[in-house]
Parts: sequence; C-alpha cells; structure tokens
Amino acid sequence: MFEYIVRKLLQTIPTIFGVALIIFILFNLVGGDPTYQMLGKHANQKQIQELRHEYGFDQPKYIQFVQYLKQIVTFDFGRSYATKQPIGKMILRGIGPSLTLAIPAFLLTTFLSVIIGLFVSYFRGTFTDKSVVVACVFGMSLPMLAYILFGQYFLAYKLGWFPISGFEVTFPERFEYVMLPILIWVSVSVGYDVRFYRTAILEEVGQDYVRTARAKGLSEPRVFMKHVLKNSMVPILTNLVIEIPMLILGSFLLESFFGIPGLGSITIDAIHNSDFPIIKAMTTLQALLFIFGNLATDILYTVVDPRVRLK
Amino acid sequence: MTSNTGATTIETLSEQAALIAPKGRSLWKDAYCRLKKDRLAIICFFIIIFYALVALLTKIGVFASSWEDAVGPAYQPPSFDSIQLLFGTDIFGRSVFYKVIHGTRIAMSVGLVSSVISIPIGVLLGSMSGYFGRWVDDIVVWFYTTLSSIPNIMLLIAITFVLGKGITSIYIALGATAWVGLARVIRGEFMKHKERDYVVAAEGIGASNVSRIFKHILPNVSHFIIINLSIQFMAAIKAEVILSFLGLGVQGQPSWGVMIDDAKLELARGVWWQLAGATVAMFFVVLAFNILGDSLRDALDPKIK
Repeated sequence: MFEYIVRKLLQTIPTIFGVALIIFILFNLVGGDPTYQMLGKHANQKQIQELRHEYGFDQPKYIQFVQYLKQIVTFDFGRSYATKQPIGKMILRGIGPSLTLAIPAFLLTTFLSVIIGLFVSYFRGTFTDKSVVVACVFGMSLPMLAYILFGQYFLAYKLGWFPISGFEVTFPERFEYVMLPILIWVSVSVGYDVRFYRTAILEEVGQDYVRTARAKGLSEPRVFMKHVLKNSMVPILTNLVIEIPMLILGSFLLESFFGIPGLGSITIDAIHNSDFPIIKAMTTLQALLFIFGNLATDILYTVVDPRVRLK
Repeated sequence: MTSNTGATTIETLSEQAALIAPKGRSLWKDAYCRLKKDRLAIICFFIIIFYALVALLTKIGVFASSWEDAVGPAYQPPSFDSIQLLFGTDIFGRSVFYKVIHGTRIAMSVGLVSSVISIPIGVLLGSMSGYFGRWVDDIVVWFYTTLSSIPNIMLLIAITFVLGKGITSIYIALGATAWVGLARVIRGEFMKHKERDYVVAAEGIGASNVSRIFKHILPNVSHFIIINLSIQFMAAIKAEVILSFLGLGVQGQPSWGVMIDDAKLELARGVWWQLAGATVAMFFVVLAFNILGDSLRDALDPKIK
C-alpha cells in the first residue's frame, strides 16, 4: 500500500511539470510581454523597464521558467498588478468565502442526487423514471447564466426572499447571503449528478449478486439499500472525490453575480483588469488541486474496492 | 434475464443477439434502423438541421443582415406586429430577433470550427497512441493528462486571454482543448482492436501500419467520432456563451453570450426579452444535442445494449 502511494505520488511529477510547461508557454511565450497591455498607451520607457524588471520579463526565458517553478513550490505568485497585493494572500483570503458557498451546495447536491438516483433506479423503466430523466436533461440544457439571472431577478429582487447580493464576514450572517447561490448551484448540478448516479446504480442492478440476493428471498428495498447502494458507492465516490478539490474554486459565475469575495470573484476581476499574474496563479492552483484530487481518488479506490489490483 | 439454467441463458442471449444485429447488417445500418424508430431523436436531428440552416442562410446574408439597423424605439417590448419586433428591441432599438439569429450563426460556427480542428487531432493522436503503444503512447497520454488537469474553463479563459479577445481565439481555444475526450476513447478502442484477428490478417497480407490504422481499424471505431461530435458541439456552444459573457469572446457583434451579458443590466428595468430570446434559442439547440447524443450512443455503442 505504502509503495503504491509513493508510486502514485511520483507519477504526478511529470503531470505537474507538464501543466507548468503549458501555462508557462501560454503566458510567457505566446502571450508575449504583457507590460504594454498593463500600462496602457501612455507608458514611458522607464515605467516599462521597471515593470519588466519587477515581473522578471527582462530575464532569459529559461530563468523565467525556473522562477515560475519556484513560485509553484513556494506558493508565492508575486503581486497582483491591479491591487498590488501578494497573490498568495489574496488566494488564502478568498478560500473562506468560496467554501461557505461551495461546501453546503456540494453536500446538498450530493444528498439529493443520490436519493433521487436510487429512487429512479428502483422505479427503472416506469413513467416516474422517464419523467425524472427528461427533467434532468431539460435542466442540464438551460444555461447556468439563465438560472442566475432569473434567480437574482425574481427570487431576490422581485419577491425579496433573498438578499440581491453581498457578503458578511461574521458567521451566521454570511449564510443568509449564500442561500440563493446555493439554491442555484443545486438546481444546476442536480440534473447531471442524478443522471450519472442513475447509470452507476443501474449498472449494478444487472449484476449476478443482485440475482443471488433476490433468489435467497431478500425484499426488493433490502436488495437495493444493502447490496446495490454499497456496490455503486465506487463510481459515486470517484465522482465526489474529483469534485472536492474543485470546491475551493467555488463557482466563479455565482460568486461574481452575488458579490461573494471568493476565488471566483478574484478570477473574474482579474479577467476584467487584464491582471495576468492572478490568472496565471489561479490556473496553476486549479490544475494542482485537480491533480491531487485525482491522486486521492486513486488511493481511495484501493481502500473502497479491494478488487482494484495494486499493479 | 430471469432464466435459471445456463443453457437457456445462452439461448436467450443468442436470440437477443439475433434481434439486435440481424445477419448481414452493418453497425451503421443497424444504428440507422434503430434511430429511425426513435421519434425524439429524429425531431432533435431536424432541430439541429434547422439551426444549421438558419446559421448558413445568415452567413450568406439572407437573414438578419441588417441587425445593426434600428427598427423601433429603445427597449420596445415584444409584439406580433412584425417579425423584427417578435422579441422586442434592445437599447439601440435594434431587433432582438435578428440578434438571436445572428447569435445562432456565431454559436453554430463555433461548434463547427472547433470540431473541425479538434476531431482530426483527437483521432490522429488517439489512434497513434493506441496502435503503436510504448513511447508514443507515453507521450500522448502525458500530453492529454496534462491538458485535462487544467480545468477546462480555466484553460479556455487563459488561452482566450492570452490570444486576445475575439471569435478566432475562441475557435483556437476550443479546438486545442476539445480533442482530449475523443483521443482517450479512440486510444482505448485501438488498443482493443489491434490484437483482433482481422488486423492480424491484414498484417499477414502485408498491410502497412498506415493502412492498418486508417483503412482497417479506423472504420471500425469511427462511430465514436459521431457520438463525440454531438457532445462536443454542445460543449462548444456553451463555452462560447460563457466566454463571450466574460468579455473574452465575440466582439462587436451579437452572440447569445453577449446578449445575456447585456441582459444582466437590463433586467432591473424589467427588460427581460433579450435574456429570454438568447436563453430560449440556446436551450433548444443544447437540448437537441443532449438528446441526440444519448440516442446516438445507445444506437451506435454496442456495449450498452
């Protein structure tokens, strides 16, 4: 087991290197020198020189790449161009608000989708099953932007059920502001998840052990709760673990619309300000989280499912 | 299957197999027959054809070529007086209906161009990596693992941000990232197929690697391209809307994303029609791709039967 974990850890190194390489090529080679873009048309030569020096553009490319790798390891991405704050600190400050929205939304979505997924697979092939699947496809086909604008306009502005936007740092109060975003998050993602879990559960229903369980006289609900659910946990867990590292990023559209000062809002502001160091740092951070999320899934797999051989 | 003895199971299995694929019918013909019975899939297919036609006719200037002209006062609510006013007018008094049609052109062209770029990349890299294995496989797998480690929307944002705003950046960003899923599937299929008897036989009669890849194996896995196409087209349409909404996409002409972005400020004044027009137009085409994609997978992928 220990050996397996070490090997998996070592396998992430080329991926991390590749991610760093792609992001470096994008921002430092293809993107060229962003100082002109950052300073605008009326920059003088001295300003340009200073800025180029501050961000290290006056150095050879390979040194820039080594410095970027160093930034990844030390988690020090320099300063934002627009706000002059250290990016590492901005990210740490943004995680809290992002998680305030993401964790409850994620838990609620998972709970609802597993329940609905089990329910529709129990009634597979019936009218109930088909209408739920159709509802899911309809829900998936609506753009998230439509959910957000509709929710903000009708539920918050017209009906006044929720605050239109804003955020409070103190604890119980902040939940008042994330309620509507959570509701929208759940309605957007429940469709995908129900369809995914339904397929995962239905794949188990066809297995031999289900027939055995029925043959020995177990009632259908018992077959479902005791055998099918347990076995379909593997794909369900995989899906969940992959989603967990993404939670820190929250949803940038929701955060930006509802004024939640999380990582998503930081990213959107950076796009509007052409604040390239932040976009670079965010892209890197998200890729790293994804890689480690995958690593966690692989390890968890061997724990949950002993059939996964430790090759 | 509720039969108990092994013999009957095999019998029912082969009976079912006979039902699924009658003798002498190819996968394509079989899938065609299956799809023909699926009314919903046919309707979705025609919805997509309809969108494509609208896009094409807009492109050659038959429809909505005058979307820039004012057709009435600013923010006139929808009315049935004329076709231009069907969805009302925007802040400059331009017809929202024309803008929706113009947005259709943008959406369909983004789907088409990004597929035209990404499908050859996906097929080529996937087939080479699955067929040759070893170091070719290592490099391709490393490459797509790396690309897919960067969350897609972030990668799209980064590419369009770096390349500069505009529709060309969207084409390139989507084309350069969307091939990963297809390459994965094609690689897996090639790994299975290269050991099969027909490929070994082809090798026996002296078929070269190129001929084995493109002439022998590729036609047998090409249905995955079609399944992938419908999913990818839809993903491209959705991505264009988000990127244009963020201000990284289409500039200076209407697209559904730009319209939704405008609607953000208009809603407070009770101007809902621009949002509704763009959302409804997008909803139907995405829905059609969703349903058609599922039907195609059911009809073409022999595993799920």
